[in-house]
Amino acid sequence: MLRQIEGSRAVAETVARCRPEVVCAYPISPQTHIIEAVGAMVKTGELSPCEFINVESEFAAMSVALGASAAGARAYTATASQGLLFMMEAVYNAGGLGLPVVMTIANRAVGAPINIWNDHSDAMAVRDAGWVMLFAATNQEAADLHVQAFRLAEEVSVPVMVCMDGFVLTHAVEPVDLPEQEAVDAFLPPYQPRQILDPDDPMTIGAMVGPEAFAEVRYLAHARHLQALRRIPELAAEFGAAFGRDSGGLVRPYRCDDAGTVVVAMGSILGTIKDAVDELRDAGHAIGVLGLTTFRPFPLEAVSDALARAGRVVVVEKAFSSGFGGVLSTDVAMAGIPRPVEVATVVAGLGGRPVTKAALAGVFEDACAGRLAPLTFLDLDTGVVERELARMASERRSGPSAENVLRDLRARR
Amino acid sequence: MFQVRFHGRGGQGVVTAAELLSVAAFEEGKHAQAFPTFGSERTGAPVTSFCRIADEPIRTREPVLAPDALVVLDATLVNQVDVFAGMRPEGHVLINTSRSYEELGLERFALRFRPERFFSVPATELALARIGKPLPNAVMLGALAAYVHVVSLAAVDSAIRDRFEGPTADRNVEAAREAYRYVDREFGREVLRASPD
Repeated sequence: MLRQIEGSRAVAETVARCRPEVVCAYPISPQTHIIEAVGAMVKTGELSPCEFINVESEFAAMSVALGASAAGARAYTATASQGLLFMMEAVYNAGGLGLPVVMTIANRAVGAPINIWNDHSDAMAVRDAGWVMLFAATNQEAADLHVQAFRLAEEVSVPVMVCMDGFVLTHAVEPVDLPEQEAVDAFLPPYQPRQILDPDDPMTIGAMVGPEAFAEVRYLAHARHLQALRRIPELAAEFGAAFGRDSGGLVRPYRCDDAGTVVVAMGSILGTIKDAVDELRDAGHAIGVLGLTTFRPFPLEAVSDALARAGRVVVVEKAFSSGFGGVLSTDVAMAGIPRPVEVATVVAGLGGRPVTKAALAGVFEDACAGRLAPLTFLDLDTGVVERELARMASERRSGPSAENVLRDLRARR
Repeated sequence: MFQVRFHGRGGQGVVTAAELLSVAAFEEGKHAQAFPTFGSERTGAPVTSFCRIADEPIRTREPVLAPDALVVLDATLVNQVDVFAGMRPEGHVLINTSRSYEELGLERFALRFRPERFFSVPATELALARIGKPLPNAVMLGALAAYVHVVSLAAVDSAIRDRFEGPTADRNVEAAREAYRYVDREFGREVLRASPD
């Protein structure tokens, strides 16, 4: 049923319809609304049988999810930012062990400086942990991706992260057609674990593996990702047939067929990007968009196909690697290897900075005209940066940059 | 597309106001999107929220930069926050206050707009009388429905009932209806004053 509903609520209700048997989480903005709503549904019995376990930290949340999953339960948790980093060791363990936990990330910046707002720094920090990582462009997709995530995770024995932009999606109220219970039940069969801790049939999970077999066990995790890469489009097609909606899959091209310039991005920023691209199309520019729904496993072939005719690629990303530049851009550049194209990176929306259509249209016009720099920080206040650099050059004890920059901004307001 | 920006303070229901407006528009078959600016919410701190209403699906996620209507739940904010940022002279401004523009330092802003596009409603007083609490959000939605006709009063009623239950819902609906009647009546007079012929 189509409802005007908060993103967090839509995800919580959809997760409940996926019938998780163990949910554990530790509150952190902007994820909290999701887990509060799931917790309330467990308490009222609307979600049953399900055990909601209060834990003392994110590290415990993921550890409990791992234990539950190893015992054969469908396990779910959600987190963001520092919470995700705090559970990092267990996140890697889930990936390495191939335990099909599903976790929502309400994407948020990582400190310092401390910041509760949206970007993709948290997701990029766990890029190599062995999880499938899906990115939602809308709240409809966020809801739908969770249904596909449980199915994929359990089929392939791989944990899946569904990333949705914190606040921008989690706190936005918009129409979402919530997957109906019967359809979810038909799409998502009960969990059949490949490995299970069973007192009647004792075994261990998590053996120490030395140099003689570590590479092989790790390669098998890679093989599961390659299997996921094949299954993701098939599951999206099956989902589309069952639910009548196009959700999930590897990539989503938009106006790419004759595009000389293609903008690549992930998450909710795609909406504003499409609006900007439509404007440029109206002005006669041959520009298109490639949205990535699947980030890990990285769909090299699908990206390569979609960019095959593009002369220029602009990757807009909400994260960057200090001392280098774009993170997603690196992967996209790999996909372009058969026929190298010019890949420019635009870092946008860090720490919740609003990304406007006007600012995007500006850099896209520059890209079409061939004058976009290899690395651009959208809307960067260079004056503030220059003044802090000058302070640092003029005195040894210039103090903390974050405080200096805030003081500078206040003085000029 | 019709874009509304709400300004108020933490505790006044600023975020809920935008959400309720989006639900009202949704119930009338429109596409709608509501979202807050994402401060660390605390009582009394300035809060901004947005609502877009359109016939087509809404893709953009940028904040509302050039509102068609501005709803100010606390008039004292004008001296603290640039609430009129991006407003065009033909935009509609609806301010919650029972005090005069002179008293609040609002005249210089009012001069920028056509007189019938800069309008005040004593929403806090209406809320205190009808709801028993100084919560002007639902009241302002009733006023907005009368002022710009972007959603019907019936849809506002229904959005309030969708969100609240029992006496809280009843009282908010009543307060919204009274605000609607107030604007209908006072706005008619204002238009007459603005065009004496």
